[in-house]
Parts: sequence; C-alpha cells; structure tokens
Amino acid sequence: MEVCNCIEPQWPADELLMKYQYISDFFIAIAYFSIPLELIYFVKKSAVFPYRWVLVQFGAFIVLCGATHLINLWTFTTHSRTVALVMTTAKVLTAVVSCATALMLVHIIPDLLSVKTREMFLKNKAAELDREMGLIRTQEETGRHVRMLTHEIRSTLDRHTILKTTLVELGRTLALEECALWMPTRTGLELQLSYTLRHQHPVEYTVPIQLPVINQVFGTSRAVKISPNSPVARLRPVSGKYMLGEVVAVRVPLLHLSNFQINDWPELTTKRYALMVLMLPSDSARQWHVHELELVEVVADQVAVALSHAAILEESMRARDLLMEQNVALDLARREAETAIRARNDFLAVMNHEMRTPMHAIIALSSLLQETELTPEQRLMVETILKSSNLLATLMNDVLDLSRLEDGSLQLELGTFNLHTLFREVLNLIKPIAVVKKLPITLNLAPDLPEFVVGDEKRLTQIILNIVGNAVKFSKQGSIYVTALVTKSGTRSPDFFVVPTGSHFYLRVKVKDSGAGINPQDIPKLFTKFAQTQSLATRSSGGSGLGLAISKRFVNLMEGNIWIESDGLGKGCMAIFDVKLGISEQSNESKQSGIPKVPATPQHANFTGLKVLVMDENGVSRMVTKGLLVHLGCEVTTVSSSEECLRVVSHEHKVVFMDICLPGVENYQISLRIHEKFTKQRHQRPLLVALTGNTDKSTKDKCMSFGLDGVLLKPVSLDNMRDVLSDLLEHRVLYEAM
Amino acid sequence: MNAGIAQLQMQFRDYTISLYQQGFLDDQFTELKKLQDDGSPDFVAEVLLLFFEDCVKLIGNMARALDKSTGTVDFSQVGASVHQLKGSSSSVGAKRVKGLCVTFKEYCEAQNYEGCVRCLQQVDIEYKTLKTKLQDMFNLEKQIVQAGGVVPQVDID
Repeated sequence: MEVCNCIEPQWPADELLMKYQYISDFFIAIAYFSIPLELIYFVKKSAVFPYRWVLVQFGAFIVLCGATHLINLWTFTTHSRTVALVMTTAKVLTAVVSCATALMLVHIIPDLLSVKTREMFLKNKAAELDREMGLIRTQEETGRHVRMLTHEIRSTLDRHTILKTTLVELGRTLALEECALWMPTRTGLELQLSYTLRHQHPVEYTVPIQLPVINQVFGTSRAVKISPNSPVARLRPVSGKYMLGEVVAVRVPLLHLSNFQINDWPELTTKRYALMVLMLPSDSARQWHVHELELVEVVADQVAVALSHAAILEESMRARDLLMEQNVALDLARREAETAIRARNDFLAVMNHEMRTPMHAIIALSSLLQETELTPEQRLMVETILKSSNLLATLMNDVLDLSRLEDGSLQLELGTFNLHTLFREVLNLIKPIAVVKKLPITLNLAPDLPEFVVGDEKRLTQIILNIVGNAVKFSKQGSIYVTALVTKSGTRSPDFFVVPTGSHFYLRVKVKDSGAGINPQDIPKLFTKFAQTQSLATRSSGGSGLGLAISKRFVNLMEGNIWIESDGLGKGCMAIFDVKLGISEQSNESKQSGIPKVPATPQHANFTGLKVLVMDENGVSRMVTKGLLVHLGCEVTTVSSSEECLRVVSHEHKVVFMDICLPGVENYQISLRIHEKFTKQRHQRPLLVALTGNTDKSTKDKCMSFGLDGVLLKPVSLDNMRDVLSDLLEHRVLYEAM
Repeated sequence: MNAGIAQLQMQFRDYTISLYQQGFLDDQFTELKKLQDDGSPDFVAEVLLLFFEDCVKLIGNMARALDKSTGTVDFSQVGASVHQLKGSSSSVGAKRVKGLCVTFKEYCEAQNYEGCVRCLQQVDIEYKTLKTKLQDMFNLEKQIVQAGGVVPQVDID
C-alpha cells in the first residue's frame, strides 16, 4: 500500500481535477521562479534600491515557494519516499524563510514609507526653489534694465535726449502703453505736457499744478498708483477700451545750480518737480509689481541727476561763451589801444624830430645873430626871438618827457655823481634871476649827506631846478632857503615808509620861500598837468604848468615822494621831496673785499715785459699764440717740443703755455718734469697753462691731476687771453677755464 | 680820388664779408687781425704764409702715406698729419679746411681708404682756393693803402 501525504480525495481519483491542479502548480512554479529574475533584472537596472539583502530574502522565499509547488507536481501520482522527503524539506525551508521575511517586513515597510514622504518633501522644495529662481531672474532682468537705462540716460548731456531716452527705455523695459512727462512751466503754476512716448500730444497742453492727485505724487518720493481717469493720465484717445491699464506716477526732482550750496543742501520745499506718468497696456490685466515700481523710482532719481548735470553743463557753456565774447572784445580793445599808443608814439617821435630841427636852427641862428652887429631895436627883437624859442624848446621837451613818463617808457639813467656839486651848480643857474629879483638863496647841506651818490643826475637836476625855479618865480620878496638832508624817520605821508637799506638812502630837499603862498585847497591841483593857480600876477611869470607834474613823476620814478606845505595865501610855502639814491662805493673807505672774481673796475693789467714761454708743436698755432701774447706786451719765447721746453724753461718765465692737442699722457709729463725741476724753488715755478681743443671734464681733471694751473680752450681770443693773464697773475691759479 | 678810395674800401668790405659768409673764414681770423698792430704790421700775412707752407708739407706727407705702391697704408701717420693740419687751420680761422680735416680724421680712424683719398683731394682744392681768395683780399688792401686810404675794419656779426 502506498503512503501518501496528500489528502485523499473524496471522490475516487478524478483525472480531470488532477490534471488542472497539475497545470496550475506548474504555472505557479514558473511564476514564482520568474518573479525573482525580474526583480534582479530591474534592481540591477535601477541601482538605487537600498535594501538588496531584503530582496535576496524575498527571492529565496519565492524560489522556495516555487520549488514547493514544483515538487507538488510529483505528488499527484504515487511517489516514492525520496520525493516525499524532498517535498518535506522544501516545505520546511519555505516555512522558515517565509517567517523570516514576514518578520523582516515589519521593520522595513515603515522605512520604505518614510522614503516616500521625504521624496514628496523634496519635490515640493524643488518646486518652491524653481519659483523663487524665476522671481530672482525677473529681478535681475529688471536690474539690468535699470543699469542699461541709466547708462543710456547718463551717456548724454543733452536735456532732450535724456528725457526722450528715459521714456523710450522705460516703455521698452516695462512694456508700457504710454509714458509721459509733465514739466513745470516758467510760472510754476502749471504742468505742461512735454514729452510722450507714442501718442502725439497737442502743444501747450497744460494742467494746473495744484491738483490733489499731483500734490499726492509730489508729496512722496515713491511711485504712486493713480487713477487712469485723472487729468494727467488722460492722454490716450478714448477708444472704448474695455479696461484701462493701471497708471503710476512719480515725481522727478529738477535741481538747479542755485540748489548746490555747500552748507545748505537743497530743501525739499524749494524744489521744483516734473511728473512722469506711466501707463500699462489696457486689456492686459497686468498689475504693477513691486519691483517695477522700484525700478521706476530709481529711474526717476537717475533722470534727476542726469538733468542736473545737463543743466550745469548748459550753464558753464553759456558762461564760457560769454567769457569768450568778452575776451574777444577785450582783445580788440587792447589792440586798438596799442594801435593808438603806437600811433601816438610815432607821431611824437616824428613831430619831435620835425619840431626840434627847426627849433635848433632858430635857436642856433638867433644866437649867432646876437653875436653880430645889431641896432638896439634889432637886438631886442633877436633876444625876444631867442627867449621865445628857448621856451618853446623847453615846452616840447617837457611834453615829450611827460608822455614818455606816462607810458612808463622813461627809464632813469643811473650814474655816479657828486651831490654837493649838483646843488651848487643848480643854485648857480638860478642865482642870476634871484639876484635880479633881490631874493637871496641859502643852501644848507647836512653834514652827513654823502658826497658821491648813484642816481639819475640829469633828472635830479631837473627836479631841483624846477622847484627852486618855482620858488624864485613865485616870490616877489623875502628869501629862499634850500636844505638837503638824509632822512631816516617817517615822513609826512602815512603810506610811504622810508626804509634805508644798506647801500641806499633817502635824500630830502626842502625849499622854503616867502612868496605868495598857496591856498591849501589848491595844493592837490598843483601837481596836475597844465593846471595853474591862476592869478594875473603869476601869469606873467610864464611857464606851462608842466614843471611840477614832471618833477612829481621823476620823483616817483626815484621811489620818492613830493609835496608842498603852505600856511595860506601870502605866507609863503615849502616844497619838500624825498628821493632814493644809491651810495657810491667810491665815497667810502676803499676796502678791497676778498675775492673779486670779476673786479668791479676791470684791471687793465700791464703785461709789458712779462716773460712767457709757449710750447707748441704746430708751427702755425705757435705763431698765432706768440702774436697774441706779443700784442699784449709780453716777451715770448717759443719752443716746439717738450724736451726743448724743459731745457729752456727758467725762473724768469712767469707763465708757460703748452699745447696739449694729442691725446696721451706724454704731453702731461712735461708738467710733472717742470714741477720736479722747481721743487727746490717752489715760489719761482712758472704757472703752467694747457691749451687744448676740448675742455671737457676729463681733460680738466687730467690737467689738474698733473699739476697744471689752468686750462684754456683753443683758439683763444684776444680778450680771453687778457682776462686769463690778469686772473692768473692775481690769483696764481685760473678759477675758470674760459 | 676820394671816391676811388671809398669804392675800394667798399669793395674790400664786401669781399671780406662774403668770405665769412661763404664759410671760408671764421672768428679766429678776426682775432688774428686784432693782433696786427704797429709792432707787427704784417702779422696776418706772415701767419698765413706759414700756414700755406704747412699745408703743402702736410698734404705731401699725407699723399705719400696714402700711396699704396709703397706697401700698406699707415693710417696713423695720415691721422697725425691731419691732426696737425686741423690745429693749424683752426689757429688761422680757415673754417672750411678745418671742417674737412674733421671729416678726414674720421675716415682715418675708420681706416676708410677711399674716403681718405677723397678728403685729401678736397683739402688740396680747398686750401688752394682759400689761398687765392686771401691773395685777392690782400691785393685790395694794398690798393687801398697805395691810394692813400685806410683799410677799414670789418665787423662781422
């Protein structure tokens, strides 16, 4: 009897049922075997799956199940014990693995679930970041637009271009339907539509500035949303659009030059604003985003700055144009003045010459005529002619002098002269007239008054002559005192300080007369040209009135001052003037100061008999040097070689001129040999001078190092040689080679 | 007679000035003339005579030294003669000759045979030209003196 584990069927072994069971088991087995294969395949593909060993377990479980069902196939019919054993083993194994797997899944499934939740979370995060990135990109875009806009606006300094560009760029960046700029009018009471982007606008379209909506916008620096129906926004032709786009307005500050004061930054209340209105396209359902509003505000600020720059530029251009015009005008005026001056000078020069020639003729011939035999009437006539012509000549000189003085072309001719003698001579000149008028003149020279001074002798004479002459002229009686002294202390004029410097001093001359005196009110007029204190009595004394004016100018040239004091009419007056004079060195004890490189008075030293030796290989050059020295009076010996030179040189020769043209040291040797020859009698050694074609530093150094006393550049001129000889003999050495 | 002297004097002046302007003479010649006085009345003539003799001698030396038929050319000898000539010409104020000597010296130092030969020829021509011109000038001077006039002092600016 066969033992079988299978449940004995109720009915007798039904072959059909058995067959179905057989087939099902087979397919189950196949399925069970194929699932792990599929799993392995897909896991290998994915490579992400974390729980591989779970899979192995699962696979084992399935394989075993499959095996079990497979083995079942053999148990439908009678089967041996081995099969039963295998079946049992398989089932046991399957049971074990299944239980293990079941236990494992308890731990694993929560993990797997959490993985899923994390995945969900990350997906959400990614979506959020995507959104944010989109936002940032739009902002960066906006920023780029702002930069580009700013660049465009700031790249030009023309006001219209700036504003036009702003509108165009804004319109493009923000895709606006319309963009408009309202500028305040000159009166400041209205806003005028100045620029629009797309639509043509009627000229002179204005709105009053005091509208509430405008005040609202001007009151804040931010962009403000306004109603599309407000007067500033009603720019588009009414075309029955369904839904007008949103409108935003922002103020644009207009800064003026006067706003920029250093300590006083512009106050908000004193500003003028323009209004910029921006309209989104209608029917677009677009809204103004925050970043767009910010962009608009930033642009408005930039526009303000750009406009102020443009304004400043306009100002400075205008100022420059003005200056240029003025410049041109001034230039013209200057040239005209110069032409006038030149014309006058030419005229004066010509007239001067033309006038003087006949004058000289008249004066000379009249003088000659005076010497001849004349009847008394004729003599009188000739004398009158002479006097008149002299007067005329003086007048001409005065006029010329004055005109030269006035344009500053007169220069003092400085020289050394004897001051004491000058005074005496002037007085001698005046004495005849004074004697006739019975006016004694007294001269008082201060004891410390220097005798020899440096200054313009002729002009000083003129001044003193003029003043003393005036004193004589305008005095009918009394006496005249002339005082000259050295002044140190402050003078009458408060703004004139006398500072005696080392080699200068101020000479003060006072001329007191006891004549008609002068009304103190008339004193200022005295020094003006051609003005005279008119009184019939003085009229007869003649004079052109130029004298004092000229004297004053001369005194000024001499850095001095002149004035007149009077106690009133009839009380006489005193004329005083100070002038700056130099003290001549001749007047002091002659202190020969140490090192005159070039003595003040060039010494024409006498070289006669000076014994000189000339060494030169070149015959022609030797002859020329000899000629030069002979002309200066020296006694010259010539030699043509260094040996001959050594033989001939003696203590009698004071100077040896040696030609050192050839490079090389041999020529310098002669110098050393001469030094050697005279080591015992140093003081008798002649001075050694090299004549060479180049005096660069190296040659000079070489000469000095070989004991030469000087270097001269050939060819030597006569004056050069003279100076060199004097220098040499004075100092025993040549300071300068030239 | 006065007109004749004046004319001669003007001729002399113009001639002298032209010599300076054409570069034959320079300031050194003016200096030379300053040295002529009663003590040495023919100073300038004597110096120039010596100079021209020197020229002949030195040019002869140079020609001999540059003669290839006698063997190799000794440039140092040529150079020495050129140096002497340069010194002489600068002492009398012969401007052109001196200038040529400078160039000549450079050729010598560079040992440029063709250059040296060329320069030698030029120097020869130049000094002869100068000699002729100066002779003309002296003749004018003599004429003025014979006519009883005074040789004018020519100031070159």
